[in-house]
Amino acid sequence: MEAKADVPVLECNNVSISYYTRAGEIPAVVDFNLKVMPGEAVGIVGESGCGKSTVALAIMQYMGKNGAIVGGEINFMGRDMRTMSPAELQDIRGSRISMVYQEPMASLNPAMLVKEQLTEVPMFHEGISEAEAYKRAVEILDAVRLPDPDRIMGSYPHQLSGGQQQRVVIAMALLSNPQLLLLDEPTTALDVTVEAGVVELIKDISARFGTSMIYISHNLGLILETCDKIVVMYSGQAVEFGTVKQVFDEMRHPYTRGLFNSIPLPGADRHSRPLVPIPGQLPLPHERPNGCYFGPRCDYFSEGKCHGRLIPMQEVKGVRGHRVRCSRYQEIDWEAAKPKGVEQEPIEFGPPVLEVKDMQKYYEIHDTSLAAMISGKRVRYVKANEKLDFVAREAETLAIVGESGCGKSTFAKVLMGLEESTGGQVLLHGDEIGHMPVRKRQPQLISSLQIVFQNPFETLNPSHSVGSQIARVVKKYGVAKNPSEIRKRVLELLDMVKLPREFINRRPRQLSGGQKQRVGIARAFGGDASVVVADEPVSALDVSVQAAVTGILTELQRQKRTTMIFISHDLSVVRYLADRVVVMYLGHVMEQGTTDEIFSPPYHPYTEALLSAVPIADTSVVKKHIVLTGELPSPMNPPTGCPFQTRCPRKIGTICETEMPPVKELSPGHRILCHLDEATLKAMDPVIALAKDDKSKKAPTRKATSKLAKTASKSAKAPAKASSRKKPATASRASASAKSAAKPAAGKTRRTSRTKA
Amino acid sequence: MTETTAEGTPAPKPAGFLKQLGRAILLMRESRIGMFGGFLVLFWVFVAVFVPLFPLQDPLAITRNAVNMPMFSVDHNQVFHILGTDDRGRDLLSRLLWGSRLVLFWSCAATFVAYIVGMLLGVMAGYRGGWWDEVISFIGNVLLSFPLLVLYLVILTTFGANSPAGQWLHHAFGIGPVVVAGVMIIVAVMFGTAPQVARIVRGLVLDLKTRDYIAAAEVRGESPIYIMLVELLPNARGPLIVDACLRLGYVAITIALLGFLGLGLPPPDPDWGKMINEARAWGSMGMNAMLWPAFAISTLVLGLNLLADGIREISLRD
Repeated sequence: MEAKADVPVLECNNVSISYYTRAGEIPAVVDFNLKVMPGEAVGIVGESGCGKSTVALAIMQYMGKNGAIVGGEINFMGRDMRTMSPAELQDIRGSRISMVYQEPMASLNPAMLVKEQLTEVPMFHEGISEAEAYKRAVEILDAVRLPDPDRIMGSYPHQLSGGQQQRVVIAMALLSNPQLLLLDEPTTALDVTVEAGVVELIKDISARFGTSMIYISHNLGLILETCDKIVVMYSGQAVEFGTVKQVFDEMRHPYTRGLFNSIPLPGADRHSRPLVPIPGQLPLPHERPNGCYFGPRCDYFSEGKCHGRLIPMQEVKGVRGHRVRCSRYQEIDWEAAKPKGVEQEPIEFGPPVLEVKDMQKYYEIHDTSLAAMISGKRVRYVKANEKLDFVAREAETLAIVGESGCGKSTFAKVLMGLEESTGGQVLLHGDEIGHMPVRKRQPQLISSLQIVFQNPFETLNPSHSVGSQIARVVKKYGVAKNPSEIRKRVLELLDMVKLPREFINRRPRQLSGGQKQRVGIARAFGGDASVVVADEPVSALDVSVQAAVTGILTELQRQKRTTMIFISHDLSVVRYLADRVVVMYLGHVMEQGTTDEIFSPPYHPYTEALLSAVPIADTSVVKKHIVLTGELPSPMNPPTGCPFQTRCPRKIGTICETEMPPVKELSPGHRILCHLDEATLKAMDPVIALAKDDKSKKAPTRKATSKLAKTASKSAKAPAKASSRKKPATASRASASAKSAAKPAAGKTRRTSRTKA
Repeated sequence: MTETTAEGTPAPKPAGFLKQLGRAILLMRESRIGMFGGFLVLFWVFVAVFVPLFPLQDPLAITRNAVNMPMFSVDHNQVFHILGTDDRGRDLLSRLLWGSRLVLFWSCAATFVAYIVGMLLGVMAGYRGGWWDEVISFIGNVLLSFPLLVLYLVILTTFGANSPAGQWLHHAFGIGPVVVAGVMIIVAVMFGTAPQVARIVRGLVLDLKTRDYIAAAEVRGESPIYIMLVELLPNARGPLIVDACLRLGYVAITIALLGFLGLGLPPPDPDWGKMINEARAWGSMGMNAMLWPAFAISTLVLGLNLLADGIREISLRD
C-alpha cells in the first residue's frame, strides 16, 4: 500500500486516554493532536509523566487491561482505528506500524536466536518461506550497518553488545517496510558514541525507505538532529507543535521556554549564567488545575485568561503550522523572557586536596576451567584502571568523563574504600588511602570522603524514614551529640537542599526521584565532607529537575568549599559544572585539562568523537560529524598499543598498534595521551562552533528517495559552501565509515548538507 | 537504569499503625479467596482467645459410661453434648475449642523461633558469603534432605518428654513434662523449617546487597552486624509474610501429626492430633470423635493457605 502524498499516515484528533486503577480513573492524556505526513519525522518531547509513551502505545492500540482511549480518534492512513477488528490490528502491527523500545535487552527474546526472531516477522506477515526470509533479514542487517551478518544471525541476544542489540531491534522493525515507525527513547540506554551511530542510522533509514517516524525522547538535542517537526507535551497535553526551527528559535509557550532554560547549552556558566529550574512541581493527573495545566508554575499566569476552561491549541498568528496552547502568547515579550538566575562570583580554588599518582586497579579473574589449567593461564586480569594521574584542589569540581567500561566507577570505588588499588597512590590531604579498605579507615577519614549515588530509587533504604537516615550520618560522625542537636542539624540539612522540613518523617517511597536525590546529597554533606564523589547524580533525573539539583550542588560547594569529583557521561552537564575534566577510555586517562581546554582544540581524537556525538539543542550551533565504528573493546582483552586505536579516526599507522602513546603536555595542566604530533593537534578545527551564515541554518526536511531531483539540486548548492569547512570532517568520516561505502550517493551528499546546517 | 522521574506533589502524611492495618484489611476485600481464608483464621483466633468465656464443659472431665456418644446426645448426668463425647467421655466440643489454644500457641511459637533462626542464618549466608555461606548452606541442605518425619522422630524420641534427656531436664530444672514436650516440638520444627526460611532469606539478601543504600552504609563504615540487622532484614519482609502464613499452616499440621504419632504433648491435654489418634483405635465407634478434630485442623490450615494465596494475589496485582 503506497502512501499518497496528501493523506496523513497518522492523525490523532483530540485524543484522550485514561487508565483505570484501584484509585479510579486517571486521565493520562488529554486533548492530544498530531498529524504525521508520509516521509516526515515528528518528535514528541516531554518529561516523565507527560504521557508520551502512553500516546505511543495508544497508536499501537495496545493499551493493556486497564487503559482505554476515552475520547477523540486515531486515524491510520485515513482509516479510524476504532473500526478495525483485532485481526486487522494484528495484521497492521509489526508490518505497517512498528515500534522500537528503550531497552534493547528487554525487547529481544533471550531464548531465541536472532535469526529466528528476525525471520519471524516477514514469515508471519507475508507468509514467505524461511529461506527467503533469511535473505531479507541479511539485507536488513546490512542496512542497519551490522558487520558480519551471518554471525549475528546465529547468536543469542546476550552475545551482542547494547548498540548491536538495538540495531537488531530496529532491523526487526524495518523488515516489513512499515509506513510508520515509533521509537520510544531508543538510545537512552546506550553510550554516547554508540547513540550517535544509532541516531545516524535512524536518519539514514528514514531517508532511504521513506518511513514516517515518531521519535519520543526527553532529549531536545536528539530531536533537533533527527526530526522535522516537534510536539512538546506537558502533563498529558500537547502544548506546542511546529517545525523544529519554529519551536527551537521562536518558541511560544512558557513551558518550552522553561525547558530550554534548564538545559546546559554551550554558553551557560554556572556562576555567571546559571540554569534556571522551573519552579513548582508537575501536577498529578487528578490534581490538574481547571484551565491551563502549566498555570501554577507559569510566570505569566493571569486569572482571567488562563483559568476556568480547557485552553485550546491555536495557530500562531502569521506562522503556518506552528500551534501553541497558550492564551497569552502574544502578550509575552519573548526576548525579555529569558529569566536570569542569580549571578555569583566564580569560586576560588584552594590547595590540592586529592592527588592520584599512577593509580592502577586490576581485578583478578581465576579461571578454573580445564582449558585454563592446561594452558597454564589460570589468572587473568581485568585492567580496570591504568596509570591514573591527576589532582583535585579545594572547592574545585573535577569531572571524570567516559563511557561504560572506562573505569570511572572503579575509580570511585577505590576512592571510597570499597575496593583496594593494586598499584600507585591515592593521597587525601597527604594520607595514602588507595590501599585502605573502609573497614580500616578512621571515622575522621570516612566522614571527609562521601558519595552521592546515581540511582535515586535505590539510594535510600525504603524501610527507614528520611530523617533517620540523615540523622545516622550526623550521629555517626559526632557532628552533633544529643537527640535535639541531631534533629536541629537534620532540619538544617533539609533546608540546605531545599526540601520542606516535614520530609523528616516521610518514607522514601513518598518522595519523587529528584527529592530522593536531594536527600542523598544532604546525607553526603551531613558529615561535613571535604571531598564528595558524585557518581552520575543527575543522569536519572528529568531535565528541569537536573537544573535544580546541579544548582544545589554548586551552592553547597560554594558554602562548604567541598571538592567535588563529578563522574558523568553527559558532556553538556560536565561543561556546565566542571572546572577540570579528565577523559577516560578503557582505564586510561586520554586527556585532562580545564574545561575550556578540553572543549576547544587541540583535542584527543576520542574527546573529539565524544564531543561530536553529544546532541546539542541549539539551532545556531554547527557540529562536526564524527561517528566511531566498532564496539568498545573489553577491558579483559584490551587492544595492543593505544587502547583507542581500534576505533580512532585519526590513526596514523602501525605505531598506534604497537606502542603505548606518550603523555604530551600541550600547556600546563593540559595533557594528552596520543602519538599525533603537536602540529597536527594544534591544527584541529573546533567540533562545535556557532554558525555564521544565516541561510545555512534552515533545517532541511527529509524526503523519500523518489524525490531525488529536489535533493540533488539542494546538494548541488551545498558543496560549494561546504568544501572549505568540511574537509577535515569528510576525511575523518571517510576513514571511519570505510565499510559503509556502498551507500547511495544522494544519501551521502544530503547528509553533508544536513550536518552543515 | 536511566529512567527519568518527575517531581511529585507532596504525599499525605504517613498513617499510624492502626490505620495501616485497617487499610490492609480493606485491601483484602479484593481477593475473595483471601477473605474467606482470613475469615477462617480469624474464627479460630477468636475462639482461642475467648474460649474461657464460653459456657463449655470441662474438657478434662472424664465421665464413665458416657463413652463415644454421638452428636446431640444427652448422657446419664443430663449433660447435653452437642458434638458427642470421646472415648473417655469428655465433651468433644469443649475439647475441640480448648484444643485450638494449644495448636495456635505452639504453632505460632514454633514458627516464630524457626523464623528468627532462619532469618539470622540466611542473612549471614547471603551477606557475608564465602565460608559462612558454604557452611550454612551445606548444613541446611543436609537437614532438608532428611525425610521430615524421620527427622522429627529422631529428635523427639531422643529428646522427648519420655526420653532420658527429657527426664533429666525435668528433674534438673523442675520443668513439667508438658513444657519439655512443647520445647522439644519447637526444636524439632525449627530443624525442619529454619533451613527453608534461611534459603529464602539468603536469596533475597543476595539481591538486596547490590543496592546503593547498602553501598552507602558500607561507605559510612557501618559494621556488618548493623548492615545485616538494620539495613537488610527490614527490606526482606515482603515474600516472608506470604511464606509465614503458609508455614504456619504446615507447622500446625506437623504438630497435629506429631500428636497423632504420640510424640506431641502428653495427655490429657486436648491436642487435636492426639484426639484423632485416640479415637482411631475404636474403629467405627470412634468415627464421630475422629472426624471433628480432623475437620478443625483442616479448616485452620485451609484458612491459612487461602489467606497466603490472597495476600500473594493482592501483592502481585498492580
